[in-house]
Amino acid sequence: METPNISTAWPLRDKTAFAGIGTSAFGSFPESDSYGLGCAALNAALDDAGLKPSDIDGLIVNRIPSYERFSEMMGINPQYCLLTEAPGRFSGVSLSLAMQAVATGAAKTVALVYGNNGRSVRMKYGGGDSQWSPWGMTSPGAIHAMMWRRHMHEYGTTHADLGWVAEAFRHHACLNPDAVMHGKPITREDHATARPICEPLALLDYCLINDGAVAWIITSAERAADLRRPPVLISGYARQDNFTYGSAPPTDFWQSNLGAVRDQIYTRAGIGRDELQGLGIYDNFTPTVLFSLEGLGFCKPGEGGDFVRDGTLRLGTGRWPTNTSGGHLSNSYMQGWEIIAECVRQLRGDGGARQIPDCHAMQYICATNIAQSVILRRG
Amino acid sequence: MPAPVIDNWSKPFWDAARERRFMLPRCTDTGRCFFPPAPVSPFTGRPAVDWVSSPGEGTLWSFVVFHQKYFDGFRTPYPVVMVKLDEGPSFLANLRGATAGELAIGQRLRIVFDAEENGITMPQFEIIR
Repeated sequence: METPNISTAWPLRDKTAFAGIGTSAFGSFPESDSYGLGCAALNAALDDAGLKPSDIDGLIVNRIPSYERFSEMMGINPQYCLLTEAPGRFSGVSLSLAMQAVATGAAKTVALVYGNNGRSVRMKYGGGDSQWSPWGMTSPGAIHAMMWRRHMHEYGTTHADLGWVAEAFRHHACLNPDAVMHGKPITREDHATARPICEPLALLDYCLINDGAVAWIITSAERAADLRRPPVLISGYARQDNFTYGSAPPTDFWQSNLGAVRDQIYTRAGIGRDELQGLGIYDNFTPTVLFSLEGLGFCKPGEGGDFVRDGTLRLGTGRWPTNTSGGHLSNSYMQGWEIIAECVRQLRGDGGARQIPDCHAMQYICATNIAQSVILRRG
Repeated sequence: MPAPVIDNWSKPFWDAARERRFMLPRCTDTGRCFFPPAPVSPFTGRPAVDWVSSPGEGTLWSFVVFHQKYFDGFRTPYPVVMVKLDEGPSFLANLRGATAGELAIGQRLRIVFDAEENGITMPQFEIIR
């Protein structure tokens, strides 16, 4: 990968900001759906920002079936509107589209709304017709299980290493009254003895499936400064795709494209790794957290297990408090949207019992074939 | 059991499988094989592609054991192996003639074919002993 040119500042650095965030409750809500949950989240975000639906001139919806119907419901007639793809990597992609829309003047104030009623509709993340389904190979969990066994073989990591990730995020969920797994602590022993789902991964390596919604309101840094809450600036965003894996699990744990993100993100943000107080990592499965840490250079390839041992990711004990609301594993499976919202809460000092002390900058990482990272800072 | 997705590009693969032959698409410019089949070579983007017969041998890259049931026709637990074929591409299939307990990453495996069922002959892997 090319060395970034540090003499030219990234043009979007600190130009856009989070002006509002909001969520629905998380859990099982068969009496609602992704529209109802999305409306609740957007209303919470509008109240947070001190805005009305008529102030919104850009709209991005995700996992809400129709942007037309959602706009009609909320009485929004934007000048910029789209629906993004369902996979969780599109939380970060959607954020980048909103940033671009604001920066180019396509819209002034963009609402992004994610709604998911996967629990109520008994959504299965597996099955269906795909390249390998005739052999029973299906589900994102199985792809991660395949990679994780290889990682253990190549580097000597163990399933017990993942227990540190699961235990830390559950601890955070127990500090978060809104988390689905609030009040249900687990131990690393529980992680080790959980029933297998797709070996080598077991139940507590898997994210939750629950209903809920998250909304963000993105606007320019200048406009955000005049709104109700302290703005959280989007300092940097970097992305590198890698679709060359031949439909099979990637044999490099996404290190190639994560490495390209690592080479851009800190330079773009103008914020170094040592200046960060905490992380948000897309944790669909526990191994992804280690792949993310290795790929972004928090440790060397293969050393993710050593890195998380002894509670490095755990609030209060570790240098790198990660997914302080509990993440996908223990708070809410909102496909990156809630993890990014939690970074915003931390930077505003809204973390309550789970607040990271003196929090100025946070980094989000998503390890997938669209590898991405975002650095946010207090405005 | 879900039927394979057979399109214009993968049809030669499944036609050969019915004759118990393992064929791979090859980029004629680079000589490299790829999978799944496609209208063009992933190495050049050009439609210069032919088919070669492969012994179907390779090295076990990793494997999983499903305990969650997603499809009718699969009795859990069942393994899926990911094999790096000697020609380059990865191929995933089930294991025949052995249990998951006998698998070890780095082992040599080769393609064997199941009996034809509903007009489909499924390639699978066995351990080379």
